[in-house]
Amino acid sequence: MKKHLQRLYLGLIFAILYIPIITLIFFSFNSENSTAVFAGFSLRWYKELFSSPETFIALRNSIILAVTSSVIATVIGTAAAEGIYRMRNKHFKSAILSVTNIPMMNPEIVTGMSMMLFFVAVAGILSVSYESIGFAAMLIAHVTFSLPYVILSVLPRINEFGDSLSEAAMDLGCTPMQAFFKVKLINIMPGVLSGALMAFTMSLDDFVISYFVGSSNFQTLPLLIYSMTKKKVTPDMYALSSLIIITIFILLLIYNYKSGKRIKKRRLIGGYKK
Amino acid sequence: MSKLIELKGISKSYDGEKILNSMNLYIRDREFITLLGPSGCGKTTTLRIIGGFESADEGELYFDGVEISNVPTYKRPVNTVFQKYALFPHLNVYENIAFPLRLKKIPEDSIREKVSEMLKMVALEGFENKSVSTLSGGQQQRVAIARALVSHPRVLLLDEPLGALDLKLRKDMQNELKRIQQSIGITFIYVTHDQEEALSMSDTIVVMADGEIQQIGTPTDIYNEPKNAFVADFIGESNIIDGIMLEDKKVRLAGHVFDCVDGGFEKNEPVDVVIRPEDIDVVPVDKGMLNGYVTSVTFKGVHYEIIVDIKGFKWMIQSTDYVSPDSIIGVYIEPDAFHIMKKSKYSGKFGDYSSYSDEIEELSNADAAEEF
Repeated sequence: MKKHLQRLYLGLIFAILYIPIITLIFFSFNSENSTAVFAGFSLRWYKELFSSPETFIALRNSIILAVTSSVIATVIGTAAAEGIYRMRNKHFKSAILSVTNIPMMNPEIVTGMSMMLFFVAVAGILSVSYESIGFAAMLIAHVTFSLPYVILSVLPRINEFGDSLSEAAMDLGCTPMQAFFKVKLINIMPGVLSGALMAFTMSLDDFVISYFVGSSNFQTLPLLIYSMTKKKVTPDMYALSSLIIITIFILLLIYNYKSGKRIKKRRLIGGYKK
Repeated sequence: MSKLIELKGISKSYDGEKILNSMNLYIRDREFITLLGPSGCGKTTTLRIIGGFESADEGELYFDGVEISNVPTYKRPVNTVFQKYALFPHLNVYENIAFPLRLKKIPEDSIREKVSEMLKMVALEGFENKSVSTLSGGQQQRVAIARALVSHPRVLLLDEPLGALDLKLRKDMQNELKRIQQSIGITFIYVTHDQEEALSMSDTIVVMADGEIQQIGTPTDIYNEPKNAFVADFIGESNIIDGIMLEDKKVRLAGHVFDCVDGGFEKNEPVDVVIRPEDIDVVPVDKGMLNGYVTSVTFKGVHYEIIVDIKGFKWMIQSTDYVSPDSIIGVYIEPDAFHIMKKSKYSGKFGDYSSYSDEIEELSNADAAEEF
């Protein structure tokens, strides 16, 4: 009896989590514009989606933004994590860690609003239109809010890695730079990659901050979808959402597969910590 | 043999605590020197300063007459074998050993030759393509030694390299290390808290405690002529007894005047007297210079370890003859078995076996090993 209840509970949770998504994917293949009647299977909305230049541009913008912001955030975040690791003063170290976490803890709406004010002011000082710094503003905003995720994913790897291998590398003739790139970076790479992946997905689906910072000439996909809900949601949005869900699902699979392998490997090595 | 490395007035503190106190030491070329001491004595810090991983707060470090205090690690002609091996987990055995050669952009066939030469030296031929994570502790240690030696450093630093190995393997590796050092003829600076390891491998031993050098000498010097109570106690077993030097070659201890061979002290100077447990003979009571009450007898294989209470002070005697506990025995000591030392700040802290037990000894050794 208890076992059945357990299963029922689990089933219910999964149902509530996934039935809406499955419904959405299901109706994205509907041949008619209806969420009540499934008239027949078709790829009509997918075709419509890709024939709408507006969606296409928004998708392209989103991807460009997600790629560039995650790359920049990963580079800065990894360097920052290394820097924080090397700090000697414990109080200063924890202070810096708290400061870097603020963009993550802060309500997005506050971050978004304050950034908008900041960029408006910057545009004013440079005496250019807000639109002309649109992409740069968006990029800076996205790098800022994904940075803490990169740091939080890289720092534990660096802590675990310790100093001994870097010291060994320098002992054998590496400059500190070479020691970092030839030995340390390779060994903390799983943390760096998961940080990059996190930054990428955070940027891809961000709405609140982008809503405040974005300008009319640089629209991302979440912004576009939101603006469409003001009119009427058409099934081509279902198609788009389905594509995003599948992409993220695949990314997650890759990530989990990789980290699964890593855990196995680490068990074999038995830790190379100092 | 010339001075290869020289430390002049090296001091180092961490968080206000003095780890090294104005240390002076020189190391000769091609010598096997061991820094020996309990944990926290500053031996590893000394090694790290020579390796360039730490910089001294004060003092200078010379290599072959040139000051290298501010030369970074990667430019020093010194390589290190780390306690936990520090092999690169992303590279196989071959690539680990080839690592320093690749940095120097040496042609591939020359690398191959040198790596296989090294593998032969550490008896790991055929292990080229193995992942370092599949090797045993002893094998990993050999790879670490090969990697440190492949670029022919002038000096090899070894930081408790055998600490993580089991006893049997440790003995084998001790012989191996000594053989390697003699065959390639470079300087080894070895750090350990294991006195037996130090005695069996070294040309010179530097005994350290509390950030200061207590004694420098050959293993036999250190064992036979310890400078103070700390050294006498740390190296081997010793009974350290308060005595009075009546005149040259006459010492009084435990209420008896003994002939000895040392001199050069002031008349009636209080001294510490070291008598090694193996130098004391058990004799019948009527022939004994001193008599004592046997409190415990432990069989150790080669000999019995006998704890004898002589006038309230517990002596350790090692004897191949059995005596029964709770009996009274006499002891006889040859004049050359006494070693007289000046009083030091370590006097009275060591050398009494009243609280002695094997179990405690083992526990404290395990603690010491734990800290590294």
